[in-house]
Amino acid sequence: MAKNIKLMQGNEAIAEGAIIAGCNFFAGYPITPSSEIAELLSSKLPKTGGVFLQMEDEISALGAVLGAALGGAKAITASSGPGISLKQEHIGYASMSEIPCVIVNVMRGGPSTGLPTLPAQSDIMQAKWGTHGDHAIIAIVPSSVNESLYETIRAFNLSIKYRTPVLILTDEIIGHMREKVVVPDKSDVDIIDVKLPDVPPEEYNPYNYTSGAVTPLAPMGEGYRYHVTGLIHGETGFPSQKTETIKNAQNWLIDKIYKNIEDIEKFDEFQTEDADILVVAYGSTSRSTRQAVMMARTAGIKAGMFRPITIWPFPEKQISNLSKRIKKILVPEMNMGQIILEIQRNACESQVYGLNVVTGEPITPDQIYAKIKEIAES
Amino acid sequence: MLTKEETHNGIFTMGHTACSGCAQSMSVKLIMEVLGKNTIAATSTGCLEVFSTRYPESSWRIPWIHSLFENSAAVASGIEAALKITGKKDGITVLGQGGDGGTADIGIQALSGMFERNQDILYICYDNGAYMNTGYQRSGLTPLNAYTTTSPSGKESFGNSRPKKYMPEIAMAHRIPYTAVASAGYPLDLQKKVKKAKSIKGAKYLQVDVPCVPGWKYEPRYSVKLAKLAVQTGLYPLFEAEYDKIISVKKISRKVPVEEYLKLQGRFKHLFKDEAGKAEIEKIQNIADENIARYALI
Repeated sequence: MAKNIKLMQGNEAIAEGAIIAGCNFFAGYPITPSSEIAELLSSKLPKTGGVFLQMEDEISALGAVLGAALGGAKAITASSGPGISLKQEHIGYASMSEIPCVIVNVMRGGPSTGLPTLPAQSDIMQAKWGTHGDHAIIAIVPSSVNESLYETIRAFNLSIKYRTPVLILTDEIIGHMREKVVVPDKSDVDIIDVKLPDVPPEEYNPYNYTSGAVTPLAPMGEGYRYHVTGLIHGETGFPSQKTETIKNAQNWLIDKIYKNIEDIEKFDEFQTEDADILVVAYGSTSRSTRQAVMMARTAGIKAGMFRPITIWPFPEKQISNLSKRIKKILVPEMNMGQIILEIQRNACESQVYGLNVVTGEPITPDQIYAKIKEIAES
Repeated sequence: MLTKEETHNGIFTMGHTACSGCAQSMSVKLIMEVLGKNTIAATSTGCLEVFSTRYPESSWRIPWIHSLFENSAAVASGIEAALKITGKKDGITVLGQGGDGGTADIGIQALSGMFERNQDILYICYDNGAYMNTGYQRSGLTPLNAYTTTSPSGKESFGNSRPKKYMPEIAMAHRIPYTAVASAGYPLDLQKKVKKAKSIKGAKYLQVDVPCVPGWKYEPRYSVKLAKLAVQTGLYPLFEAEYDKIISVKKISRKVPVEEYLKLQGRFKHLFKDEAGKAEIEKIQNIADENIARYALI
């Protein structure tokens, strides 16, 4: 079959990916540089039988998404820095009550209003720790327009499979860049659909902390009555203060993600086999890094790149293994140094160098190559 | 009327980067002529913030704070309270301001709290009927059937599916001392209302209709004309209220059919294509007629 190739913008690819994934609900609020996702879905969703709601603020946008997901919809919202900050309480609620949803953060400079029209990668730690309380989260960092489409589909799958909020972290560069995309047919991609539980309503518990299997979330209106709360709850969903239940519930929120890390993790390696210098880069910065690695190779420096695509849970094992072999690691980031902390934690015996650009400009291949050269000569 | 000294006081100065024909910048200039230099402003994220404070310059010759999108009424509340406890409130106007999204959508919680506490603040909503700063997305004050980038018109829709929120009546429901609606099309009426608001202690709400060239999609020369037509059709009733009672309305001198107003704007052009559009124009006419009856505009 002929490939369906289109030129599109990163934000458009997310909207397209959502539709292919079977998304039938978007609620959002205008914010630069993510607004195109809302604008495109306001026109696409009514045509595919879905619902587009523009909400009165950022908080209610995610609130509506959670309500829709409880009703059985595949639901998504999109925002950027200040909006994601406002959404944090709902992200915690989604984690605690295990409601699947996809949240797109087209990252811009911060804190506060920051740099609305310029890119940054400074919400990486916020994605993991932004809401209060212990929990695990899945976050994905696509590095191209094409990847934005496919990773949006994967984000929906993971959110339903693990009943968790999944964050997609792109940035202003990828969000507004136009590139070639190979648009798949629905039948060519794996799609996990919302399913009814395989037990009748009278036997259904909405949570299961001990068997290791994730209980499907029964869509409301199908005869399954259950309690949903942000309070710590037992397997019936009702609040509990029993120490055993608290322990099980808290452990479960972490374990269901980390015990399945091999299914959730995704990464890419470029010329790492014989590398003396490893560059760990993600999102738009990984594109400059790829070029810088090629420049280094031309100059006779054996550089390689490791690129996390799933950034949370962090690919600790891979970094740890690579650091056994590669003793110099460079971490270029459009922030003041966030993922470098994870690298330092997992590559204790390596020298870890940062390259941090927070001017609202992308990190160039020249800047990364210069740093690689400096490290090679040190 | 203002004295000669009161006008052109240079509180809101030239050099900003508003679009040509921007009715908001015209209104702000008129408003600041009345409020004068003893004003402290908290301003929500929006067009006004962006076009009047481009680094490294500012059009404001008063203490001026860009708060967040949702909180200018809350920040203004803090300023007012601090001025009070430090004995400096007398003679200073605390101004909160935002666009229609920052006021009626994301900012309504902070605004309602400020009203409920009856703090001595003038809050001004510059209503251009959508989120113009982020690229023309609909807001709670977008009129019925207007095209915006999140209420696109097409086979499934005539544009924004609901009439605009009656925000001044929400303010009045708080029983604040003064609520007023003004228009960039009637500068003297606007300044008269600002002057009155300045003289009243307690919470004041002023909403100003400010046509937007790129958002409404019309020729820049029509800004004042459209603002006037909005009033003369009955679509934008201008009035004053004290507590929950309307005390004055600007009467319509010559009633104009809504088509005259709609046809000048690209955001309504889909209504002029066929019979179905005609029926939608009729709905807009009904809103105007209901306003005329409700506020006794004729």
